[in-house]
Amino acid sequence: MSRALVELQGISKRFNDVTVLSGVDLRLEPEQILTLIGPNGAGKTTLVKIVLGLLKADEGQVSRHPELRIGYMPQKLHIDPTLPVTLGRFLKLAEPDLALCRNALKEVGIEKMMSLPLQSLSGGEMQRALLARAILRKPNILVLDEPVQGVDVAGQEALYRLIGQLRDRLHCGVLMVSHDLHLVMSATDEVVCLNQHICCHGHPDQVSNNPAFLELFGSKTAPYTHNHDHHHDLHGEVIGDEPKTPLSNGCQHD
Amino acid sequence: MSQKPLFQTGANMIDVLLYAALAGLGVAAVTGPLGAFIVWRRMAYFGDTLAHSSLLGVALALFLSISPTLSVIAICLVLALILVVLQQQQTLASDTLLGILSHTSLAVGLVAMALMPEVKVDLLSLLFGDLLTVNINDVLTIYAISAVTILLLLKLWKPLLAMTIHEELAKVEGIPVTAVRTAFMLMIALEIAIAMKVVGVLLITALLVIPAATARRFSQTPEQMAIFASLIGCLAVILGLGASWFIDTPAGPSIVLSAGLLFLMSLSKKN
Repeated sequence: MSRALVELQGISKRFNDVTVLSGVDLRLEPEQILTLIGPNGAGKTTLVKIVLGLLKADEGQVSRHPELRIGYMPQKLHIDPTLPVTLGRFLKLAEPDLALCRNALKEVGIEKMMSLPLQSLSGGEMQRALLARAILRKPNILVLDEPVQGVDVAGQEALYRLIGQLRDRLHCGVLMVSHDLHLVMSATDEVVCLNQHICCHGHPDQVSNNPAFLELFGSKTAPYTHNHDHHHDLHGEVIGDEPKTPLSNGCQHD
Repeated sequence: MSQKPLFQTGANMIDVLLYAALAGLGVAAVTGPLGAFIVWRRMAYFGDTLAHSSLLGVALALFLSISPTLSVIAICLVLALILVVLQQQQTLASDTLLGILSHTSLAVGLVAMALMPEVKVDLLSLLFGDLLTVNINDVLTIYAISAVTILLLLKLWKPLLAMTIHEELAKVEGIPVTAVRTAFMLMIALEIAIAMKVVGVLLITALLVIPAATARRFSQTPEQMAIFASLIGCLAVILGLGASWFIDTPAGPSIVLSAGLLFLMSLSKKN
């Protein structure tokens, strides 16, 4: 097996005595698409920031491939309206060569927007702009924090397809966060369900039994279903009928 | 000590006007681009807080008999670092924190000066500037500090712009954000130290924010906005000094008023 792009072992993180992550292991192989899903406050963004090196874990090991080049797509941009900056200029901050910037925009399908103010882009266009900036760095890992946020369902499907194409062309690994527990694209190689600890991980279910769902959302989106042998309370703690067992061995899935 | 002498020879009067104009232009040229970043990064209140603390710097300089320029820079930097630490604790909202520090440091400065009766301080000239009393040494200090600030700004322009758009993205792309942010605070501290003489502690933020906001309507790129802000600031200095000279209004407030009027006029331009 080739060397992993990123490998996390036993990662724990607390903010002001509130545990956000506890004992998380994660491994991303080259050219693998891994999707992190989980409810609000599950620690998805915190985990991504640890992978990116923006946050330090309290416990655990992070090992990165020595030649790791990260293309990062943040959740959102908050740009003050007083900043006169075009989409083209935004990309030039990452890559001075304008021709390469234009190519990246062509790849994500918003080439025509190049000279528009960044603040005038719609939600979906902005996500594509961020994606263009991320691929300009010729990454071997793309880290995407909620890439389809603020995009309508048809647009979400197109965006997920684009991410799959980019993986194939750039031969990069993809670590992606999805807020939605029910919509995980079928192109994902591995899904990790996070709720402070890792609830479960594996290949997403290939088949959806629900034709109405397929008709509504398109064939590229499949519901990811899994069963827990335990329940979580509001704080993400594992609860059950039996006396509470430690997280390390009490969290099993089928 | 700050009053314009009633009787002056012609040569002296021209010197006064020339030094005042040179000092004002030297400051306004740098407050333009620096102010643009303050507007883009929504740090107007932050600039105000540092400016208020400079009064404490002056008091300290008087107490220790050291250069007020140096002590103002030092106090501004210390306050900026305290702010950064307190903001990371996140126990209070940022603007509440700034409100506390801004007015406390202003009050400490005022009280400290009152406790030194042996030192005669013209408080009004500290609060609202004293442009017509600048001498050749002040002008040289202003140009030396402005030159340093401009060089720093040119060197850090691209990383600062990247951080202004998205700080974490910039960090992932390899920009040393903590170092650049600290350098930016140093630039603000330097600028406050020299702008104090021109418009005074209470009006420094105006010279940072108003020309930049005025330039916004005429700019297609960040660089244009920075340069236009410089030019608009310089125009405000000339107009304000002219008013001060011909109709005997206080120089600092006249400069800020000119900047405000230029901003109002810019509103008539359709986008």
